[in-house]
Amino acid sequence: MKNLLFEIKEGLLISLKAIRANKARSVLTTLGIIIGVASVVLMSTAIKGIDQSFQQGVASLGSDNLYIDKWAWFDNDIPWWEMRNRKHITMEDFEAYKDLAKLPVSIAPSANSQRTIKFEERSVQFVNITGSDHNYINTTNLSFDEGRFFTELESNGGRSVVVLGSEVSKKLFPQGGAMNQFVKIGGNRFKIVGVLEEQGSWVMGNWNPDNQVYVPIQNIFKYFVSRHSDGITINVRAENSTMVEATKEEALGIMRRVRGLKYDEKNDFSINQQEGLLTNINETIGVIQIAGLLITGLALFVGAIGIMNIMFVSVKERTREIGIRKAIGATRRTILGQFISESAIICLIGGMIGLGVAIIGSMVIAQFDFPVTVDIDAVILAVTISLITGVLSGLAPAYTAAKLDPVDALRYE
Amino acid sequence: MNIINIEHIAKIYQVGSEEVRALVDVSLKINKNEYVAIMGPSGSGKSTLMNILGCLDTPTRGLYDFAGENVSQMNDNELASIRNRQIGFVFQTFNLLARSDALHNVELPLIYAGVSSQERRERAEAALENVGLKDRMTHKPNELSGGQRQRVAVARALVTNPSIILADEPTGNLDTKTGEDIMRLFHQIHEAGNTIILVTHEEYIAEHAARIIRLRDGLIERDENVVNRYIPV
Repeated sequence: MKNLLFEIKEGLLISLKAIRANKARSVLTTLGIIIGVASVVLMSTAIKGIDQSFQQGVASLGSDNLYIDKWAWFDNDIPWWEMRNRKHITMEDFEAYKDLAKLPVSIAPSANSQRTIKFEERSVQFVNITGSDHNYINTTNLSFDEGRFFTELESNGGRSVVVLGSEVSKKLFPQGGAMNQFVKIGGNRFKIVGVLEEQGSWVMGNWNPDNQVYVPIQNIFKYFVSRHSDGITINVRAENSTMVEATKEEALGIMRRVRGLKYDEKNDFSINQQEGLLTNINETIGVIQIAGLLITGLALFVGAIGIMNIMFVSVKERTREIGIRKAIGATRRTILGQFISESAIICLIGGMIGLGVAIIGSMVIAQFDFPVTVDIDAVILAVTISLITGVLSGLAPAYTAAKLDPVDALRYE
Repeated sequence: MNIINIEHIAKIYQVGSEEVRALVDVSLKINKNEYVAIMGPSGSGKSTLMNILGCLDTPTRGLYDFAGENVSQMNDNELASIRNRQIGFVFQTFNLLARSDALHNVELPLIYAGVSSQERRERAEAALENVGLKDRMTHKPNELSGGQRQRVAVARALVTNPSIILADEPTGNLDTKTGEDIMRLFHQIHEAGNTIILVTHEEYIAEHAARIIRLRDGLIERDENVVNRYIPV
């Protein structure tokens, strides 16, 4: 054991010397590993960031929610043309359901449209306008930076009031002071009554509450979309997670009645759940993960081939040196260890530099509000993969060196 | 006492379909503190014999007993170990590690022997001092003259206190005067009780030894003690 440690230590010293002697080559060789490790680390932290962001976003939407919609959001069992032929969910359906449902703590309709929103010279394009009633806020976990959600009175009266998501507010009012100002949405003036707190879930796209505004639902129908051209979604919040299933069962029964379905007719609506969203997200992230790691893994692989190549050259060049070492008593194992540790060190140094590049890279990316942070996992990842790469790519060249015949090696010019 | 006892060894190489008998049948004994020169024209089997004596290679047939150990049956690792402990090599082309300084070159066999760094350094310094290179320890081979390089090689050969010093044309790459210096060094080493085997094709170098073994066509042609031995002063 002591002997082995000794050999490792001596092997490392010898290797360091060899690396220092071939600086330019070592740097070039390391470049491949630097790029490989940097991309693997960056990719894995990015994926982690995306994942966290999704989870956050889902949390802000509320996890005990049901969404009654014409479309099944995540379920691909029902063919799309069948769903297309379904009747829209109407405000009347919503009212009827609301009257009959006992279990939900809150029920609200919602309809969406995308519009440009303007304040004086500033404008934000493609903002998701969600129309709903005063109960909507209780179906979500949204919190307010300033102001409030619209009231029952404003909602029923279809007043021109709006609640801004934090991102929209920031873009229109970089200096703040959004409250009680008037913004124009599709040419219509709306008074700002509330600004939401940042939910920080940019990856959610249209789902992202930060990038939405909320208006009373009548306004949607009045200004943006026809009541008949597009249906609504009924947002239902169950009391808690254990009540989700029961609430869903109840909703199923009520909706079938409301829609006038006979016992042998299929549902002409879908009840969507957070769970579906989560599954969907996890699947998406899984695909991104595999694709990302495959691509970055490829970069690392190319780097490893570079190392292997250069180690073969190095062994060839140092044939005589190997002969000398063997003549004066180096065993196969010693030579093997020497070359493996040499390639491991090159890779480790490359890995550390790659990690540094990844940290700098993630700082740069973080400037664009992309949630990445390099944590201890990334460091462990970088060290592990670079060591493994080094050992694996050094293996074959080191073996070639170890089995050289001392007589031939000494004669080699 | 015999250090080396070789009995009827042969070395046969297969070159393509042809068999090359580098050594046909060689037997010899070498005692402790002998100074032996092995001579022969090229193709005589001189190098092959040296490789076998130096445990760099094993014979195809025959017995090689080195200080009581049967070398002819050893595997690679055992050979490496016996080379490390028992044999000090001095080569014609010095064979120093170009990137390492003199001290590290001399330390190298001790590294493989598993000697601690403290002791290693002391012994390597002593060995270098012994060959008169005390003030050149931190020089790299390319900063040393040919004679100095060979001295470093001699120091490296001696540092493990081996049973034999095996020198292959040690003066082949040196001018006559420097060669003389090296031969004087060998003389001192021999006087100090070491066993030296010198492989050369130069008669005047061989005459430094007390015994000359002449090879021809893979056989020992003559094995004689030197009458007019040249002893350098």
